[in-house]
Amino acid sequence: MDMGPFAAWRWQRLFNDSNIFILGLKNTLLISFLALLLALVIGFILGLASTSSNKALKGVTRAYVEFFQNTPLAVQVFFFYNALPALGIKFSVRAIGVLGVGLYHGAYVSEVVRAGINSIPVGQLEAAKSQGFQTLQALVVVIIPQAIKIMLPPLTNQAVNLIKNTSVLSTIAGGELMYLTNKWVSSGTLNYGPGFVVAGVIYFLLCFPLAYLARKYEENLKAKTTR
Amino acid sequence: MIQLVNVNKSFGNNQVLFNINLDIPEGEKLVIIGPSGSGKSTLIRCINGLEEATSGQVFLDGEELTRKNHTKLVRKHCAMVFQQFNLYPHLSVMGNITIALTLLQKKSKKEAEQVAAHYLELVGLTEKANAHPPQLSGGQQQRIAIARALATQQKIILFDEPTSSLDPEMVQEVLDVMIKLSSENITMVVVTHEMGFAKQVADRIVFMDEGCIIEEGHPTDFFENPKSVRTRLFLSKILR
Repeated sequence: MDMGPFAAWRWQRLFNDSNIFILGLKNTLLISFLALLLALVIGFILGLASTSSNKALKGVTRAYVEFFQNTPLAVQVFFFYNALPALGIKFSVRAIGVLGVGLYHGAYVSEVVRAGINSIPVGQLEAAKSQGFQTLQALVVVIIPQAIKIMLPPLTNQAVNLIKNTSVLSTIAGGELMYLTNKWVSSGTLNYGPGFVVAGVIYFLLCFPLAYLARKYEENLKAKTTR
Repeated sequence: MIQLVNVNKSFGNNQVLFNINLDIPEGEKLVIIGPSGSGKSTLIRCINGLEEATSGQVFLDGEELTRKNHTKLVRKHCAMVFQQFNLYPHLSVMGNITIALTLLQKKSKKEAEQVAAHYLELVGLTEKANAHPPQLSGGQQQRIAIARALATQQKIILFDEPTSSLDPEMVQEVLDVMIKLSSENITMVVVTHEMGFAKQVADRIVFMDEGCIIEEGHPTDFFENPKSVRTRLFLSKILR
């Protein structure tokens, strides 16, 4: 038998077990979607809070962002998985996945939101306030509709990173694509070659269109603003 | 209509307004002049709460402006025209004018658009209703900004150097609109360097320097008979 890493029988076996990869894809999509939702909610709340003139609010958001940006996602996930149960707090693996990845990327989204809002000239907020809009109202009807164009490309990049980072969950048996691939590969005939090629291709197919859209959108935006 | 009582304002250690007392009756056209950095803009920004006085009181229509109520009071009484226009670039001209009417004054869209159309006509830009601000010249943008302020139908309009960032050939079209307004019963507080406008329109001139009101008076007296040395020095520099 041909024992090369990419031997034909290995591909055949992968094809027979393709339902495992489809399950991995589904779980990765589900975790990514929920984590992205969480990251957006956290990111918008913290991002808006960080543009406030309230020092306490600013301090709290800064601490959150610095903490999550300057510790590895793997450490955070391990903490949720191993340390919290010891304190009597238990989550399902999938919930840890959503929470871990969502909280982590929430910090990055918050920075994108903050930068986007700060890129809008202060006169816009002043004009809205001079008309009698509350600050929050002004943000929603005047500032965010302008800032969203600036925020969209980096937000899309965050989505791409988020999808890729769900693979960290393989270390806690997260049930997503990377974990199921690794499990399939290591049980039995060690089909590393085809297994990780296929997993890589699936991740690429998820991420590349997003990254491509973000780049196109940004190019269009630049062409418009320089015209 | 507007009262400032012992208003002081500091940014950190830098005090920019010193003990300002000013009483502006309803319908008055008040022009504030003075060298750059004299506190003129800060003064009118204290009137609508964009700046909060460090000490002292500001009253709008008899009610004291506080941190809590300023949004409500400003919404009720006061509009502003800025040096940089500050139109909302993501909205059409019509949207710029109607947004406060529909969202804050709870007018129907149709009603708001009727009001907007009236003021667009007043500033002579009816045909630009569907344009977006970046497509307009500076002069046109400022006229739209004036229409936006007028459409809220407030009794007070504050003008913060409305012609200072315009190309010279566009200054007059904006001044013309403001002159037209001066016949209405609107309280206008105008920070400007346009002395011709001040002479023609002002009921009273206030001269500020280094955060203090140095002199005030009727334009004729003020320009022909300035009392203070500093006023004379300033006027000699700008009236050549």
